[in-house]
Amino acid sequence: MRAQFVLSEIGVGLRRNLTMTIAVVVSVALSLALAGSSLLVRDQVNSMKGYWYDKVEVSIYFCTKADARNSPQCDKGAATDQQVHDIKDQLDKMTSVVQSSTYESSAEAYKHWKEMNPDNPLISVLGPDAMPQSWRVKLNDPTKYDVIQSAFAGKPGVKSVEDQRKILENLFGLLNGLQTAAFVIMVLMLFVALLLIVNTVRVSAYSRRRETGIMRLVGASNFYVQMPFIAEAAFSALLGAGLASGLLIGGHFFVQNWLADRVQFIHFIGLSSVLAVIPLLVVVGMGMAGIAAFFTLRKYLKV
Amino acid sequence: MIRFDNVSKTYPKQNRPALDNVSLEIEKGEFVFLVGSSGSGKSTFLRLCLREERPSTGAVHVLGKDLGKLSNWKVPHMRRQLGTVFQDFRLLPNKTVAQNVAFALEVIGKPKSAINKVVPEVLELVGLGGKEDRMPGELSGGEQQRVAIARAFVNRPMLLIADEPTGNLDPQNSVGIMKLLDRINRTGTTVLMATHDQAIVDQMRKRVIELDKGLLVRDQARGVYGYQH
Repeated sequence: MRAQFVLSEIGVGLRRNLTMTIAVVVSVALSLALAGSSLLVRDQVNSMKGYWYDKVEVSIYFCTKADARNSPQCDKGAATDQQVHDIKDQLDKMTSVVQSSTYESSAEAYKHWKEMNPDNPLISVLGPDAMPQSWRVKLNDPTKYDVIQSAFAGKPGVKSVEDQRKILENLFGLLNGLQTAAFVIMVLMLFVALLLIVNTVRVSAYSRRRETGIMRLVGASNFYVQMPFIAEAAFSALLGAGLASGLLIGGHFFVQNWLADRVQFIHFIGLSSVLAVIPLLVVVGMGMAGIAAFFTLRKYLKV
Repeated sequence: MIRFDNVSKTYPKQNRPALDNVSLEIEKGEFVFLVGSSGSGKSTFLRLCLREERPSTGAVHVLGKDLGKLSNWKVPHMRRQLGTVFQDFRLLPNKTVAQNVAFALEVIGKPKSAINKVVPEVLELVGLGGKEDRMPGELSGGEQQRVAIARAFVNRPMLLIADEPTGNLDPQNSVGIMKLLDRINRTGTTVLMATHDQAIVDQMRKRVIELDKGLLVRDQARGVYGYQH
């Protein structure tokens, strides 16, 4: 019967303060949704890093005949077969860093380039000689690009060492920026939500000062006097967290059904990641609201 | 039951103490009137007994406990052992008579079966049998005060503290309330009542404690309201 008594008190309190309750629910929902998206963007970046870093390679390009005229490091002319072979020998010795390396000849590079750019007017002008031969190096740890760079840049016959990761880094930079922005907005929204909760609890405590006064009079414990207010705040936060979860799941289906069709090169994280975030939102939301209410009451509901 | 040892209370930003070096003892089963003009320190005296305030110096013992040494979280438990009645009744307007009395038991976690049993009993005792389902707004002042007394007495406290319980009532209703408090006193409950009502004090012939500007000026065994003023 205690539980029933407390629940009826919560119901009365929330209804009496409906506009404030709605404000709390919405602001908690928005801040938690942002917190959730921020976490999910991080997951997405991590999953993309894992997926793409597996596929990226470091390319060691060799000098071509044309390079001899316009690149200073190729002033000795096109790379010789011996030079290409020497690089391969060195790569094979670096077993701790290099997973595997494959050779791409000028002819193959030309073919790939033609496939990627079928309408390019230069096709008729350029021959296979214009494309550099290269070693495509797969690393054990894709972040160890520097080792390859310092080992081979400037070696005879090597024109340049290029890391495909750089191209992805721009994309990840953008996503990280989004994540940071979501985080900053979340902190602000959370702050607003906290202020709203504090104010709601204060108004609620004031409007029920008669009841609480009588409760104290007859010797109700602090816990018993404060519980309905804390439960009220936590319940609003629970509604907010529910709404936030709805927004995240809605967002997930938007991404799956709409964005995934249009942006096919990204592998999007699944519903399970979204669902994994939800309990965290509920706990954070309710905990935050409960603690805020508790400290507000210490000030406004003295024994 | 209540013992004040050299108790003084000075509120912040006040020069004159509200209570000035008061020492007295109230025994179990006594009926005591606390009289004095407004600002004499009566309310402070009662607030100290309820530990709504702490004394600036001296010690207040209530029900055998030194309230100065009672930690905050034990205060609710101490208040359950005494009943309080006020001039303004302090009833919840949106609850019935029975619900108002039951509320006092619900918030201290009494089981529903016990509540259903004792609430009608105590309402019968204060003379409100049959009015369980009325709202406080439908009752006269005297009846509302009876509800408040029922709520204060439902736990069978050892001590009942009443702050001008007849202050808002006409003489006829006041007499009814005094008869009720007297009956409660005869069950063994100590009653401490602050009042301005001269007729009642003169008629009851109980112990009278008089405060004036925070000083204890009179403590008389079978006293009247006062010779001066």
